[in-house]
Amino acid sequence: MQCQICSKKTATIHLTEITNGVRTEFHFCEQCAVQQGIAAKSQISVNELLGNLLASQPTDDELTGLTESETTCPQCGFQLSQFRKEGVLGCPNDYVLFEKALLPLIEQAHNGKTRHCGKVPARVPQDVKNQIARANLKEQLKSAVKLEDYERAAQLRDKLKQMATGKKPSVS
Amino acid sequence: MKLTDFSKDINEWLSGSGPMSDIVISSRIRLARNLAGHSFVSRCSVEEKTEILSQLKETLMSIDLGDKLIYVSVDETSDLSRDFLVERHLISRHHAMGKGPRGAVIACREFFTGMINEEDHLRIQVLKPGCQLSECAKLINRIDDEIESKVEYAFCSQYGYLTACPTNLGSGIRTSVMLHLPALKMTGHIDKFLAAAKDLNLAVRGLFGEGTEAVSDLYQVSNQVTLGVSEASIIDDFEKRVIPEIVDYEISARKTLLGDQVNTLDDKISRAMALLQNAHLISSQEALFLLSHLRLGINMQKYLGASTPAIDKLTALFKIEAPEDRDVSITKINRLFMLTLPAHLQINHGKSLDPSNRDALRAKIIRSALGQN
Ligand SMILES: [Zn+2]
Ligand SMILES: [Zn+2]
Repeated sequence: MQCQICSKKTATIHLTEITNGVRTEFHFCEQCAVQQGIAAKSQISVNELLGNLLASQPTDDELTGLTESETTCPQCGFQLSQFRKEGVLGCPNDYVLFEKALLPLIEQAHNGKTRHCGKVPARVPQDVKNQIARANLKEQLKSAVKLEDYERAAQLRDKLKQMATGKKPSVS
Repeated sequence: MKLTDFSKDINEWLSGSGPMSDIVISSRIRLARNLAGHSFVSRCSVEEKTEILSQLKETLMSIDLGDKLIYVSVDETSDLSRDFLVERHLISRHHAMGKGPRGAVIACREFFTGMINEEDHLRIQVLKPGCQLSECAKLINRIDDEIESKVEYAFCSQYGYLTACPTNLGSGIRTSVMLHLPALKMTGHIDKFLAAAKDLNLAVRGLFGEGTEAVSDLYQVSNQVTLGVSEASIIDDFEKRVIPEIVDYEISARKTLLGDQVNTLDDKISRAMALLQNAHLISSQEALFLLSHLRLGINMQKYLGASTPAIDKLTALFKIEAPEDRDVSITKINRLFMLTLPAHLQINHGKSLDPSNRDALRAKIIRSALGQN
């Protein structure tokens, strides 16, 4: 359904008004609704984010210097160009295969962060757990320094040192 | 257990109980997970989806949650049932409108849902009334551990839990609270709140239907960043900073209304009462908008001891004499919020109704709840 105001975008906001027993329906796109003061502007949508990022990026071929056939995931058949349309990836392997193209997007979506911090499944090997635990500590250290909590920062630094010496360092 | 068993009443999370429930209506945490060794949902064949569905269904149904679990085959159920589940926040609109084999495992008391083959293979959510994010986190973590002992999740050390959309990468957690912010709206401060939320990397959405932000006064605030921050620090930030700040902001707007903007307040409450008691046709959006003002009036009397001509009339209308009557009234209003939504109306009516008949039935239910004919 088209927006009743601009007649260009898809209507995503639907309002119903009843005056003198007559029911009227309105259909607006988000932008026009905001201009009309109907909808409050929400956080930038995922599609908008993807749209902005991908529009400013070189095409797959320019980016990787690979031909179309080479930028197809052998496991799921996914091509980066489909991401533009669908906003989702095809399989876990795509994160490895298209890392170069995805990384700037991941960074923007996550406020500059590119490394996992937090829960780890129990079955994950111990060295990976240690690696993530270190990332956790570094993250906490950064925020302690930012908050000028130097006492806590010192504690975290000690813990990090302990981890580095106490356990056999794993490749990271 | 049928859907109609749910439909006569409201769910636990909308009961109006729980900490800070005058402003924080409910707390929710959801986790996005995918199975290792499979493509993401959009690239799965029907056979693969069916296989994933049966594996995850069996896993979820075997979890001991101290409540009966029901399974809904979302692709096979009617449009009306799907809408109903969306209205109750038990499944997402995306799941309702999806394609192919998909389902939902729901706890009868509605505090837990697992959606299978939504955008990700599995999305689990825990919902509780009031401000209870830590409690939600504890429960969902236990559920996640139990699932994880039976299936292998797609996970890598750099990006954490791998999700179909890169915006959910990392912990895959979405922490949200549903807030009732009518005074911020009335005093014209809602835009400042929205701008502040954006600066804090929070997403704000209107609730009950799509894009009804401006009419329902109910907002869902959730985290956007899921990579590079731990679950604990997201929840901590919500409980120690985000929620108290927004709640304080709404309370000070309520005090402003009682001060030099008392005419604005009384006008809104009086109009809401008059319309709800007398309308014979009322749309879902209008009902939500007006009920929101009644809810505000009763909570202002309860928490701020407010007494204005309109609030006094309101407490008389709801026959509020003892303090516990106020809780009954809030529950009554919350119930009207939910039971007058389109799919709820039709399921309770026993058949589908066109929009104008829905508007008439809705008006009738509200009038009778407010003691009118
Ligand atoms: Zn438009
Ligand atoms: Zn792939």
